[in-house]
Amino acid sequence: QKVTVEVLDHLEHLALVDFRDAEGVERLQKAIQFADQLRDVNTDGVEPMDSVLEDRCLYLRDDDVTEGNCTNELLKNAREKVEEYFVAPPGNIPLPKLEERETILQSS
Amino acid sequence: VLNRRCVEAAVMTGLALNCSINKKSLFDRKHYFYADLPAGYQITQQRVPIAVNGSLSYSLCIDNKMSQMVTKTVRIKQIQLEQDSGKSLHDDTRSQTLVDLNRAGVGLMEVVMEPDMCCGEEAAAAVRELQLILQTLGSSQAVMAEGQLRVDANVSVHHPGEPYGVRTEVKNINSIRFLAKAVDYEIQRQIEELESGGTILNETRAFDSKLGCTVPMRDKEGKQDYRFMPEPNLPPLILYDAKSLPANMNHQQVVNIDLIHERLPDLPSVKRAKLVERYGILPEHSFTLLNEDGLTEFFENVVKQTQMKPKKVIGWILNDLLSYLKQHSLTVKESPVSSFLLADLLNLLEKKEISSTAAKQVLAELWKGEGKTPLEIVKEKKLELIQDQKELEQICQAVIDGQENEVIMMVLG
Repeated sequence: QKVTVEVLDHLEHLALVDFRDAEGVERLQKAIQFADQLRDVNTDGVEPMDSVLEDRCLYLRDDDVTEGNCTNELLKNAREKVEEYFVAPPGNIPLPKLEERETILQSS
Repeated sequence: VLNRRCVEAAVMTGLALNCSINKKSLFDRKHYFYADLPAGYQITQQRVPIAVNGSLSYSLCIDNKMSQMVTKTVRIKQIQLEQDSGKSLHDDTRSQTLVDLNRAGVGLMEVVMEPDMCCGEEAAAAVRELQLILQTLGSSQAVMAEGQLRVDANVSVHHPGEPYGVRTEVKNINSIRFLAKAVDYEIQRQIEELESGGTILNETRAFDSKLGCTVPMRDKEGKQDYRFMPEPNLPPLILYDAKSLPANMNHQQVVNIDLIHERLPDLPSVKRAKLVERYGILPEHSFTLLNEDGLTEFFENVVKQTQMKPKKVIGWILNDLLSYLKQHSLTVKESPVSSFLLADLLNLLEKKEISSTAAKQVLAELWKGEGKTPLEIVKEKKLELIQDQKELEQICQAVIDGQENEVIMMVLG
């Protein structure tokens, strides 16, 4: 089953990936096929595993403050700052709609 | 890495809200883009949270009369642990958003309620009770103005008997009072919209406290696809009880639900019942006592220091002291009249050295906070009740003499 343009467009919006060219889309298609092999396994009566760490203990940290006071170091990364705030645009800059952007998906 | 205190707080709160605690709970990633979420995802518990299926009981006054209170219940769907994002400050004039990442990654507890409330008043009362519970447990200081307790209200309307309508989520509510206003406004807005033939969008709206209305929020239109997936870095969270306690594990790593249960302090509802039983006051009195920070303690201190019966003391606390405090917008801690002074005054009244009217006058003087004792004020203003029988007779006689005509009329008729 082929991945539809709508799904690809949706993915580009959600993850801000750019499938770039037909090869990129094909790679995604192959990855889905590879993962689909999981469906061939009979899992009747088997509890799903959602983490390979499932028999490990989740480490609980004590409520102790061990680091901090590194404002200057953290703000060094900021392109723009105001007092001690990072500056960002007023809202998310949305990915333009399919018709309005340059993407391989247009010609599909 | 998960902070142990967060887990304990969540278990305490879950137990206080009658939830089932999940001995095994899981963490997930919720993906979305926003300037205050640098990682691009938030760690939360979407599939299996730490606590589920609880309830919260709260009281409501009917028709604003304190004497008629009803108890209502709202079901708690679940409590989940999650990460906080940073804080965004919107600077519309310069068309930018300022981001403060100090709180990003800090543990949060999200309490999800079922839609069992039907108006702003109910929502406000439920949240107020939750606030008191959280403060009693020590899970949170729950001050809304400081963002320690945040409330997002989901509102929908429907005709009785029909399925629930489309809901909107209202954010940016900064106080319990505003919660009631925001909910009531949104209910009204939705009704008007539907009655004029419109439809309700499943959107997120912000409450504007200055205008008292809700407005659509930018960037949160339409249903979001968060692409939930298990958090790969966090194994399941396992909690234990007395039965399942592992023998060889490091104590610091073990959270014992039964132990936490044993150590739960008295919840507000229990405290109120105890006050009613111990002091013979009415339920609505205990409600007010718990509702004002420090008032219960003040009341109990006065009771300890006076011979006056608690049932009488409560009147002075709720009618006189509290109204003074409210008039001057003071907290109990800021009261110029201490429990010691009030007890002193009430003792004078109890020993019949002054009248009730005089006591109120003395209280007004005490309120000025000039450092005088009740006895000093009484002497200053000559408010002592005259105990001398003869003196009383003389005064009465003088009054009668002065009102001779009235007296004759009375005797005759």
